[in-house]
Amino acid sequence: MDYSQFGAMLPELIVLGIFLVVFFMDTFGGNGVKKILTPTTAILFLLATVAIWIAPSCPEGIFGGMYVNDTATKAMKCILNLGAFLVILQSFAWADNAEMETRKGEYYELLLATLFGMYLMVSARHFLLFVIGIESASLPIAAMIAFDKYRYESHEAGIKYILTAVFSSAILMMGLSFVYAFSVGSLYFSDIMVAINEGSMSGLLMFALAFVMAGIGFKLSLVPFHLWTADVYQGAPTPVTSYLSVVSKGSAAFAFFIIFTQCFGQVYSGAWEWMLYALIILTITVGNLFALRQKNMKRFMAFSSVSQAGYLVLGVIAANSLGLASMMFYTIVYVVSNLGAFAVIQTIEDHTGKLNMDDYNGLHKTNPWLSVAMTLAMFSLAGIPPFAGFFSKILIFTSVTSATNSMALYMLVLIALINTVISLYYYLCVVKAMWISNEAPVIGEFKSTCVAKTGLGICIAGILLFGLVSPVYEWLVNSVELSSWQPLALLGL
Amino acid sequence: MDMTLPILILAIPIAMFLILGIGGVVMSRKMAGILGILGMGTTMVLAYIVAFTYFFSGAPEFINEFGERLQFQVFDYTWLAFTDKLVVKLGFLLDPISAMMLVVITTISFMVHLYSWGYMEGEKGFQRYYAFLNLFSFSMLGLVVATNIFQMYIFWELVGVSSYLLIGFFYKLPSAVSASKKAFIVTRFADLGFLIGILLLTFYTDTFNFQTLTSNPELVMQQCGGATFMGASVMTWAMILIFMGGMGKSAMMPLHIWLPDAMEGPTPVSALIHAATMVVAGVYLVARMFPCYCQVPASMDFVGVVGAITAFYAAVVACCQIDIKRVLAFSTISQIAFMMVSLAVARDYVPEGYHWHAPGLGYMASMFHLFTHAMFKALLFLGAGCLIHTVHSNNYTSMGGLRKYMPITHWTFLIGCLAIAGIYPFSGFFSKDEMLAAMYQNDFFWGAWMTMVAGLTAFYMFRLYYLIFWWEENPHYKEHKPHDAPWQMSLPLIILAAVSCVAGFIPFGHYVTYDGKPYDIHLELGVWLPSIIVAVCAIALATWLYAKKNDKPARMRAALPTLWEAAHRRFYWDEMYQFVTHKIIFGMICRSIAWFDRHVIDATMDGFAKVTQKASWQIRGMQNGHIQAYVAWYFFGAIALAAVVWFALS
Repeated sequence: MDYSQFGAMLPELIVLGIFLVVFFMDTFGGNGVKKILTPTTAILFLLATVAIWIAPSCPEGIFGGMYVNDTATKAMKCILNLGAFLVILQSFAWADNAEMETRKGEYYELLLATLFGMYLMVSARHFLLFVIGIESASLPIAAMIAFDKYRYESHEAGIKYILTAVFSSAILMMGLSFVYAFSVGSLYFSDIMVAINEGSMSGLLMFALAFVMAGIGFKLSLVPFHLWTADVYQGAPTPVTSYLSVVSKGSAAFAFFIIFTQCFGQVYSGAWEWMLYALIILTITVGNLFALRQKNMKRFMAFSSVSQAGYLVLGVIAANSLGLASMMFYTIVYVVSNLGAFAVIQTIEDHTGKLNMDDYNGLHKTNPWLSVAMTLAMFSLAGIPPFAGFFSKILIFTSVTSATNSMALYMLVLIALINTVISLYYYLCVVKAMWISNEAPVIGEFKSTCVAKTGLGICIAGILLFGLVSPVYEWLVNSVELSSWQPLALLGL
Repeated sequence: MDMTLPILILAIPIAMFLILGIGGVVMSRKMAGILGILGMGTTMVLAYIVAFTYFFSGAPEFINEFGERLQFQVFDYTWLAFTDKLVVKLGFLLDPISAMMLVVITTISFMVHLYSWGYMEGEKGFQRYYAFLNLFSFSMLGLVVATNIFQMYIFWELVGVSSYLLIGFFYKLPSAVSASKKAFIVTRFADLGFLIGILLLTFYTDTFNFQTLTSNPELVMQQCGGATFMGASVMTWAMILIFMGGMGKSAMMPLHIWLPDAMEGPTPVSALIHAATMVVAGVYLVARMFPCYCQVPASMDFVGVVGAITAFYAAVVACCQIDIKRVLAFSTISQIAFMMVSLAVARDYVPEGYHWHAPGLGYMASMFHLFTHAMFKALLFLGAGCLIHTVHSNNYTSMGGLRKYMPITHWTFLIGCLAIAGIYPFSGFFSKDEMLAAMYQNDFFWGAWMTMVAGLTAFYMFRLYYLIFWWEENPHYKEHKPHDAPWQMSLPLIILAAVSCVAGFIPFGHYVTYDGKPYDIHLELGVWLPSIIVAVCAIALATWLYAKKNDKPARMRAALPTLWEAAHRRFYWDEMYQFVTHKIIFGMICRSIAWFDRHVIDATMDGFAKVTQKASWQIRGMQNGHIQAYVAWYFFGAIALAAVVWFALS
């Protein structure tokens, strides 16, 4: 065996390396070492992000094409890293207290382990590797959700998550077994592609597609596979919620795109286009309808993220390189916008324990900067120009309309647009509570920590700049163009 | 050419805006003033270097072997690439007119920065004032160096915003607030036309780029093709609509109503924005798009007629104003209209019988006048600022006999008046002479008409001059003796006066011409002699009427009370607008629209909201917290997904 091929797996190795450092520091380090554990993790991770960003990519697949680390996957990993780094910054205040003293190491280890799994998910070009990835991204998250072990809701959320995850894995496996039957014994994406091309459309394939879609849709919380989302988001510790809502979601979306174009690309128009079509409409609409009524901020963000996932997979239905690039752009914008919102929620929770929307009434009187940050995040999520969210929405819509001339896809964009209006209502409810409500503020004045300010500052900078400064988008377009990803048009469709 | 200097020219003002705008709260006034002046001074030096390099270096990218000056894009950065065709770029275009404008803008802006240090002393929000001045300078510089029409539009709007901010600088004064709103709304309304024009033009030509549009206007004409709308071709509509934007910014009739009110802003602001730079943006726009205008004679005629009417109207109104800044405002409108007419009479060929002329004589003349006018009009405004500063009133009725008390202001103001009246050897003489030559060359009527306007100009300017500095001494001077302004304010006056004395001798035709070829300015006896006779007669008339206190003006006014009143009230344009907007638009049209909005559109929206809310309550059973239910939804959802699509497709 040629061990030099491991060199191409640099991002995974780096994350594994940090994992080991944290693990050893946590297990064998004394109290002094534990004190510096959190900052060390953050700094190491920041360095790792930069290293992964500047490390060369490898256009060829390794291990017989099981694993690919080309420019596009590298860019995806960078996006995930940005999200994970912001989550680590958010966790500072939460993880650094007496109760967490002995356990915070575990938290970071679990986080890094899941990130490793997500890396595998986007790099896998073989279903076995993909399943290993998705499982190692799922199981540790259940432990992270149940991390507040003295809080009942945290347990409940953990158990709900693990049970649904197990069930969804089962469905995914069942779908994969159908696929395995189809491809006559191979789980390589390329082999399956060839097999599907030769084979004809059948009920079996249809179920296989639906089950794989359900399996990944679980992680993305697409309707009707989303029902765990609200309970879990509400129960989980807030940093974990933000991690689930962006990083976990982003990785699943990327994997979704890669699998359905590189593996099932041949049956796009015949089959999964319509499945996804139905799922997107359901996801955006139902997510919005539920979000309208929420009073708890975390639950509210849960449904908002369900709806956002619907917009995200619009890139998948576009199924072209513009779709991939704009989906990646959507994700990076979503990372900064959603984590910006969560950073505010987290800071307020850390200092006052308040989580209800009513508690935000008149926030601008006591904490003007947090109100501004939250407002920007809400505007960006709602897609109001000139913030980044507007550009990400416009680009993803453009990718869908440029994909075909089909009337149905135009309708889809129209429905998404109408839903944007509905979403504006609930995002503005938060803004209204903070700025317009006349009631006396519930939350007193406080000073956030330096680290929280840094994290929030990065998010705000992203919200303001990602849309207006074109190199971000150009970087993504270039990384897609230079990657080994093949548009459907080249596959003989 | 190196990119550093051009970028710095734009970067320094915007950086100063941010520094003074954000840091101004903690900064002392002195610090803010010095920073602002130094920043603008540096920008001015850099702009001079760039313009000097462009005009004199003789580098092959600026001038070809035939001695023609070329357009040169220093850089053109792709900013937003929506699709292959719809690409928005930001760049820096260097050509004769943009290089000339760089010099004009930075010079005047620097003078105003310096002047304001004295003028605005002690005003609240001194730091904010300097921040806004820098924002304006940045926007105006960005506008003139725009490589494409979209960039120009962006900066066009930024200029509008900074003008709004500066007019309303004294935001506690209701008149300043309403003047700033008026300016913003009127120019925004005009910009709507501009935007539609841009969309029309670029829709057919697939490009925003000025070089592409102007290097081959026949092709543009061809691309616009035979499509017509209401009897005029697309290109005609596009060019007229684009000109509408210029009409708004340059205060052409009937969109001129904002400029006189804009005088509510601080006087140095009027000098910078509403006399020398922003208001000529419309002229600059037409000059920038000149080859395209040449393709559509109808649009040229439109520009010319609007300009000629405006020039006359504004000159008549200027004769009957009491507020000295309003006189200058109307004079500005009239002079800009002069430039517009001059552009409109220019042609891209040499008319028969004028073999010594270059094509586009009017173009060169118009730009020349833009240059000289900027200098002497800024001088006049700054001089008016000195007067207001010491007399504390805008009206000439509180002045009179000031020449003894304020010698510097008096002499510089006189130079400004002589320049604008077109007396040899002051700068206005040369530029006006070239403009008139171009007009006579096109049609005798244009020439005669505009010569008459030039005579009116000389008359009202000297009326103003005599009423301020001669007439009779105001009794108030005994309590409060007027005096010349401090050096920060006098120095710009002296510099600008010196420029106005010598600028006429610049061989302008060597630098800025329509086709880039150098052209020697000729003085034609048949043109300059009548115009100077008219000007001298007008000055003599003004001297006879106003040099010493007498009752002739009052008797004249009594003889024609209606005419005087009408001209004083600016021929009731504001009242007409008031009537149309309030009575007709608000009262009749908007009321019914409001009803429709409230009872149909809002009601529909409320209905949607109700349905959405209801649906939201209806489906809440789905989320019941039971994991068995969740899994059931999950499983049957997946099955249904496959089954429905399978049945639907087969």
